[in-house]
Amino acid sequence: MKLHEYQAKALLKRFGVRVPDGEVADSVAAVRKIATTLGGTVVVKAQIHAGGRGKGGGIKVAKTPDEASAAAEQMLGMRLVTPQTGPQGRRVKKVLVERGSAIARELYLGLVLDRATGRVTIMTSSEGGVEIEEVAARSPEKILKVAVDPAVGFQGYQGRQLAFGLGLLGNQQKAFVRMVSALYDTYMNADCSLAEINPLVVTADGELLPLDGKITLDDNALYRHKDLEEWRDLDEEDPAELEATAQGLSYIPLDGTIGCMVNGAGLAMATMDIIKLCGGEPANFLDVGGSASREAVAKAFDIILRDAKVEAILVNIFGGIMKCDVIAEGILAAAAEVQLRVPVVVRLQGTHVDRGRAILAGSALRIDTAERLDEAAEKVVRACQGSQSGIRGH
Amino acid sequence: MAIWIDKTTRVITQGITGQHGLFHTQQCLAYGTKIVGGVTPGKGGGSVEGVPIFDTVAAAVRATHATASMIFVPPPFAADAILEGVDAGLALVVCITEGIPVNDMLKVRRAMAGCATRLIGPNCPGILTADVCKIGIIPGMICKKGRVGVVSRSGTLTYEAIDQLTRLGLGQTTCVGIGGDPLPGTNFIDCLSAFEADADTKGMVMIGEIGGTAEEEAADFIAAHVSKPVVAYIAGVTAPAGKRMGHAGAIIAAGKGRANEKMAALRAARVTVTDSPAAIGKTLADLMAA
Repeated sequence: MKLHEYQAKALLKRFGVRVPDGEVADSVAAVRKIATTLGGTVVVKAQIHAGGRGKGGGIKVAKTPDEASAAAEQMLGMRLVTPQTGPQGRRVKKVLVERGSAIARELYLGLVLDRATGRVTIMTSSEGGVEIEEVAARSPEKILKVAVDPAVGFQGYQGRQLAFGLGLLGNQQKAFVRMVSALYDTYMNADCSLAEINPLVVTADGELLPLDGKITLDDNALYRHKDLEEWRDLDEEDPAELEATAQGLSYIPLDGTIGCMVNGAGLAMATMDIIKLCGGEPANFLDVGGSASREAVAKAFDIILRDAKVEAILVNIFGGIMKCDVIAEGILAAAAEVQLRVPVVVRLQGTHVDRGRAILAGSALRIDTAERLDEAAEKVVRACQGSQSGIRGH
Repeated sequence: MAIWIDKTTRVITQGITGQHGLFHTQQCLAYGTKIVGGVTPGKGGGSVEGVPIFDTVAAAVRATHATASMIFVPPPFAADAILEGVDAGLALVVCITEGIPVNDMLKVRRAMAGCATRLIGPNCPGILTADVCKIGIIPGMICKKGRVGVVSRSGTLTYEAIDQLTRLGLGQTTCVGIGGDPLPGTNFIDCLSAFEADADTKGMVMIGEIGGTAEEEAADFIAAHVSKPVVAYIAGVTAPAGKRMGHAGAIIAAGKGRANEKMAALRAARVTVTDSPAAIGKTLADLMAA
């Protein structure tokens, strides 16, 4: 689960990180009030779940409350397009209004799990304000790293190594070590999977301040962070994905024309891949779960068919513990419940597969069957091309 | 011969009275696995399916001389269950549970450093030695005793590969689902290394997916240490970046973990990589016949 910048900063503050003075607002009047209270130059920042906001006009410096109001007027309600949002952009519902800072230096500080070592790795760089991936590709020597042993946690010497490596001295070095320590506490105690301060600025007064914060929480750990779960912004997520999740399905829409329904995440990806290999384009990733129950299949058909781009559907179920005849009956019952407007190819494999195929073959519905995975993919791609030429023929 | 489990393996089920724990205990018993006990705190002294229940893993091990466990407890209690199995001195702990917080596994893995217990999973289908012993949820009826070692990060995609091998008459020695989480207890290299050392295993299938760099590390290992034929398949060529594709570990983050990079690394290590999930068995059959 991703947090907004204002939420990430609120979380950092709980763990003792000093953040810029400011407040979040959803109206122009509120923005004016905050800007007036703060006094002087403020920054108005659109709150969406995507980076590159400055490039799309989502970050504005305002010298007066009037300018802040004008910036908010423009931002609130707009669809902000950044290099990370896609062409449709994201609607801005809230802006963060913060006191402006005179910047002397921009640094990067981030924590992430290194799967290879099984340790949380702290990365820092003197090149703040740009994506760390960009720095890693261009000048990897500018990234300093330390790995934290989970048995003892973050140690002061690790912070000092990084601080001196960045050329921070005296009070700045001490403030940096405190900030890394607090960020590590945030990461572990709030169960983050990413915690990033970028840029971490050194102000003209020599203070360290997190100018932007990006935090992603581990979905598996949300059960022990009910307060943070309430911060979830459902408007930032795809409604079809959310509905699927609520039904115990895992669904991700893509750009193609062939709907996929598969049991198991790995097999679902493999099915998308083989469709592509056969010359088609998958319209979605959809994992109906290991058991592929009738209810799950019906819901999956419903969600796939709501995508107007879908011209054919491939159902690929590997029946293991759940037997193919039971699954076949579920598919037929589900298919009868929904209006199937496109051709469907069903590929069943596994236990009691012959019985399952016989059940499907005996149905009056527009369902084609296949034995092998490649055969199924070829059939569905052909069915899809057939429906396309049909449209052209009209 | 096979790897890690055989007819002498004595298994207990942690969470045996739960719905999944009980069902799969029955399935494993039917397959021939020696399930010698189960653990559900507070239900010690009872029995289910003729299997005695204990309050703790330590008590179960004392009474039954169990050497392995399979875990079906819910995610909030799974890390604790793993560590209980480790503390009781089990040689093998197989954790089926999906959805364990990553930070829990971070601590579990640290606590297990240097200890003799092997952990398979979490979030995995388990391990099966064909016709002899299964620990976990791999459907036994699609497996057949044979010559191929299978290791995979996936569940049903593993079954797909197993099924292809069975139909082609190659069969399997041992199949290991290492799981789809970012911090698995057992990785590709552990399995490849064991299959290389196993006399009955004549070829290997390795099924990877997007996310992390485990496949790249396996490629380096194969280049240096594996002499037997290996066929690899990597799922997720068409997966978009930044989206979690079902598994917690299957996410292309920060330009790393793409399928194409993994395939290139494996090919560079002279591993035969198939682009088609339908051709995994056939590709290995051709390779082993050559």
